[in-house]
Amino acid sequence: MNAAPSIAVEFRQVTKSFGTKRVLNDVSFRIEQGQALCVLGRSGTGKSVTLKLIMALMRPDSGEVNVDQDNVVGMKENQLSLVRKKLGYLFQDAALFDSLTLYENLALPLSRLTKKSRDEIDDVTRRVLTDVGLGADGAKYPSALSGGMKKRAGLARALVLEPKILLADEPSSGLDRITAAEIDELLMRRKSEHGTALIIVTHDVHGARKIADRVAVLDKGNLVAFGSVAEVSQSDNDVARRLITE
Amino acid sequence: MQWLGKWIEFVGKMGLFGLQVLVDSLRPPFEFVQLSRQLAEVGNRSLALIVVSGFALGAVMTLHTRSTLVTFGATAMIPAVQAVSFFVEIGPLVAGLLLAGRVGSGIGAVLANMRASEQIDAIESLSIDSFKFLVVPRVLACVIALPFLTLFMDFAGLLGGLLSEVLSSHIAPALYLSRAFDYLQWSNFIAPTLKTTVFGFIIGSVSAYFGYTTDKGAQGVGEAATNSVVVSSLLIIVADVLLIKCIFFLFPDTAL
Repeated sequence: MNAAPSIAVEFRQVTKSFGTKRVLNDVSFRIEQGQALCVLGRSGTGKSVTLKLIMALMRPDSGEVNVDQDNVVGMKENQLSLVRKKLGYLFQDAALFDSLTLYENLALPLSRLTKKSRDEIDDVTRRVLTDVGLGADGAKYPSALSGGMKKRAGLARALVLEPKILLADEPSSGLDRITAAEIDELLMRRKSEHGTALIIVTHDVHGARKIADRVAVLDKGNLVAFGSVAEVSQSDNDVARRLITE
Repeated sequence: MQWLGKWIEFVGKMGLFGLQVLVDSLRPPFEFVQLSRQLAEVGNRSLALIVVSGFALGAVMTLHTRSTLVTFGATAMIPAVQAVSFFVEIGPLVAGLLLAGRVGSGIGAVLANMRASEQIDAIESLSIDSFKFLVVPRVLACVIALPFLTLFMDFAGLLGGLLSEVLSSHIAPALYLSRAFDYLQWSNFIAPTLKTTVFGFIIGSVSAYFGYTTDKGAQGVGEAATNSVVVSSLLIIVADVLLIKCIFFLFPDTAL
């Protein structure tokens, strides 16, 4: 008998406001380990906030955010550190550290969060850089990289700790179709080869249809549709249907 | 009265920020690698500016002092006036203001840019305490580097005055230096130099405050740089007044 798949991320009645503006309103969903969830919605509907709540970079006003069974809301920093080791985060503009080379950007989390030796860190860093096609660019600073290379470098940094869950904030924004497809390939490979759960905030419906096991559509802070691509395409909600089909 | 409330809130927040710097600078883990990087940035890269400015200021001051003291037949006092004024006040204050301009704006802009481009979030997402990693080393670097930069400023000013006097009155360099140090006591030298650690703390923490706490995106970068220089320069001058009173209290000889 197969064991039930474990929950990767679960939102339970999460609400978040900035001043008087409510960006998430009583949002609940969950995805399981090894699944890919694409979060769609118009700009300013709380998609990036969703990722930051999972990473506990923000706290919700109410509700629970469970990451791999642990509720991160109200956790202390030392407990959060353990949870964050399970998470990788690809930021919208990669957010590479300007003052560090690409190699140093990847080596930093390994040296800070693991007990690996210098040689082991070197091995892992070079391997991950090679995996994303930047094996020859480790000595470069972020300012010397193109948009696509930055995205791949940001992805490499997000993957360097072998996370169980990968969060990606608009991984294909600002990229041409071919480069965006390459990033999508890297994400799908991660899911199929390592069983990593993916939560991807995106405007790229083409990519979402290719990657997603589940689609969540946010509109004005509300979760208006959740399900497979086929289910959301048949949704009663007009915004959700238009977003996934256009 | 709304502005008063906002001003009090701002002062309170900046005070708490400075307090957090003090607490976190004593709490492990210590970011020695970051500190050495920042010392190189704050110290080494400011040295040329400090030395050239000190030298030029020393030469100019001597020219002005000479034109006044000639009237009283007291040109022999020029080296002493030059040394005392530089070591006691001009060196520490000008070094502090120059550092506020060069380093303060840099700290404000860099941290604001890191905030706008989500680099600070990225650091937090790696479970690294961004405050200890980014803010504390920058403030400590200012605290450590400024007294040394002040010494360079003092001696560069003295050299500028020496050159000016040698060219104007053909005084022997050894005699100039002897007269310069005749009136200088250790208390004239140590306390004013050490007070620059306070200036360094002001520059580092004020600039880091504006950069680290900005939430205005790209627009916040320019604002943080400008505010860092303006507020830290103003606070340095105000703090100087208070510190001089403290020095006079602790070293009464220096007030004579």
